[in-house]
Amino acid sequence: MAACSVEALLAKAEQEEAEKLKSISVQKELDLEFDIGNLLACDKNRIDLREFREQKKEDFLRSLARDNTQLLINEIWKQPTERVQEAIVVKLPDPATPLPREKPPPKAKPPTKWEQFAKLKGIQKKKKTNLVWDETAKEWKRRWGYKRAKDDTKEWLIEVPETADPNEDQFAKRVKAKTERVAKNEYNRLKNIARAQKGKVPVMGLATSTQQSKEELSLAVSVAKTSTASAGRFQDRLPKEKAPKNMGKKRKFEPLIGDFSNERHKQLELLKLMDGKKPKLDITKAVNKQMREEDREEAAAKYKKRAGKKGRKGGNMSGKGKGKGGKGGKGKGGKAGGGGGGGGGKRRGKPGKH
Amino acid sequence: MKNYFKYRKPKTKRSKRFLESRAPKLIEDVKTAMIMKGGNTSQTVTQALKDIVSSNITRPFEDSTSLEFFSKKTDSSLFLFGSHNKKRDHMPNDVCVTVSFVLFAGRLFDFHVLDMIELGIEKYVSLSDVKASKCPEGTKPMLVFAGEAFDTDNEHKRLKSLLLDFFRGPTVSAVRLAGLEHVLHFTALDGKIYMRSYRSLLKKSGCRTPRIELEEIGPSCDLVLRRTHLASDDLYKLAHRQPKALKAKKKKNISHDAFGTKFGRVHMQKQDLSKLRTRKMKGLRKRKGNVVAEEQDGQAPKVAKEAEHTE
Repeated sequence: MAACSVEALLAKAEQEEAEKLKSISVQKELDLEFDIGNLLACDKNRIDLREFREQKKEDFLRSLARDNTQLLINEIWKQPTERVQEAIVVKLPDPATPLPREKPPPKAKPPTKWEQFAKLKGIQKKKKTNLVWDETAKEWKRRWGYKRAKDDTKEWLIEVPETADPNEDQFAKRVKAKTERVAKNEYNRLKNIARAQKGKVPVMGLATSTQQSKEELSLAVSVAKTSTASAGRFQDRLPKEKAPKNMGKKRKFEPLIGDFSNERHKQLELLKLMDGKKPKLDITKAVNKQMREEDREEAAAKYKKRAGKKGRKGGNMSGKGKGKGGKGGKGKGGKAGGGGGGGGGKRRGKPGKH
Repeated sequence: MKNYFKYRKPKTKRSKRFLESRAPKLIEDVKTAMIMKGGNTSQTVTQALKDIVSSNITRPFEDSTSLEFFSKKTDSSLFLFGSHNKKRDHMPNDVCVTVSFVLFAGRLFDFHVLDMIELGIEKYVSLSDVKASKCPEGTKPMLVFAGEAFDTDNEHKRLKSLLLDFFRGPTVSAVRLAGLEHVLHFTALDGKIYMRSYRSLLKKSGCRTPRIELEEIGPSCDLVLRRTHLASDDLYKLAHRQPKALKAKKKKNISHDAFGTKFGRVHMQKQDLSKLRTRKMKGLRKRKGNVVAEEQDGQAPKVAKEAEHTE
């Protein structure tokens, strides 16, 4: 009797299990494809059109949806679960369906000039604090930026170093140095970007890519020619190009003991000049030159005055523009000053001889 | 100098963060969609738009100026454009006007249109029409696609991929079991695509996996696939290119054979073959006595050396 009941019990248990499983099992011809990462299920089974039209559409679709969802849920429940703050959570695998990206993947940036150098030397990046303790202000200030700790342009007292010109404006000097540093930094940053994009990086003196004058073009050509391994000595010339003037050597010295006849000739010429009654100094020429020089100086002074006034009234010019203008102006001024000074020196030297 | 402005450095941290969020990334964020209304949208279409993508709306636009411009402005890569067409069929003695509601769904790659599909709306039941308790917004829906067409027909395949993109929501690593409520079911049948939205109720089934009962909620529509503007194969492939950094790194020196056995490789240093003994020969075995003698010998010369040194 016991054996009978045991068997009966087992059979009953089996039946119950089967019933339970029945409730969640779904019969399908083809298995569904699942992408659990996206909570996606694809049913490729043929849908019987006749069945669809016989039944009410909504009911048919609903039963189909129920079956498919059941299969999807069965699949999801197979994944590992864990408990996170009173909720049971199932861990999803990565999505399997390939979907197109929004934007193309980012391109690796080539290292900048500094990064290349640091890599070569083995220099590590040191993490610095954002704030620095400023003794004079007795508070924490930024290391760089607005109201930073050691801002030398903001000092109210600057000792004039012994080697410096007493009339020089030390404050302006510091501000100018700062603007020059900013301009240089900007220039280097743009050069890095140009290098990263494999753009053409122009040489310092030939930055313009717009209309260039004849002189600039010829300068560019000569620079390009000279930047070869043999410094341009074996470069072919264009059909109408003129032979370059001697751009290297500024002065030519005769050898000490060389051409005796030439040396003798020169010495005799010199003696003749020294003996001659004709004065070396041509007074009219000298006077004209002096007058021209004075006119030029006056014009330069007027221009400077006008430019100075404009600058104060005009207000904000961009920093880069100012830097460039300052550099260009200084260069021009330097050249003119040098030319004038050289000429004056020469002139003054000559009367000194006599 | 025109291009100089393209390379300005961001001056504030906020602008820097903004630019970084818009820049191409290794692992991308969730796609956002733009919802747009054409010139003649009717209420049905507007309702359809609002219902379908209520959780992804960025901003509805009124006019249909350049799609790509808007995509750049809002940094969205999916769009849904609704309008309604009046087609005049000139039959011999009759002029009938068929009005159809049209939805353009599409996506962009790098701010250029990748795919665009025109769907005609035949029947539409909006959220408000269905009287049932709704799922909370923002739940990641379960998606089911039924019908052979989604696997065989090229256009349907693209549509499936597009719908997946639209509705899948953010990629998460784990999901709360009780929160798997929303089900979106798409059936491709008889030339039409039936979209139904259900709420799943997890009932006890006796075993761990629950039994599903569905309750219809939400908008449902019958769509007809009309014109398509699909990307060429190579553009599609280009859009799928994943950066190398995301590829799973293969562990070296580990291989699996057909049966699933895991094999490893060990690289040995060079062995001194002169000391190799291939056979056991009792006589060559190192004995304890010999070992001690060797040690003593080893020590003795050391001691001698030290003695020499001190002397």
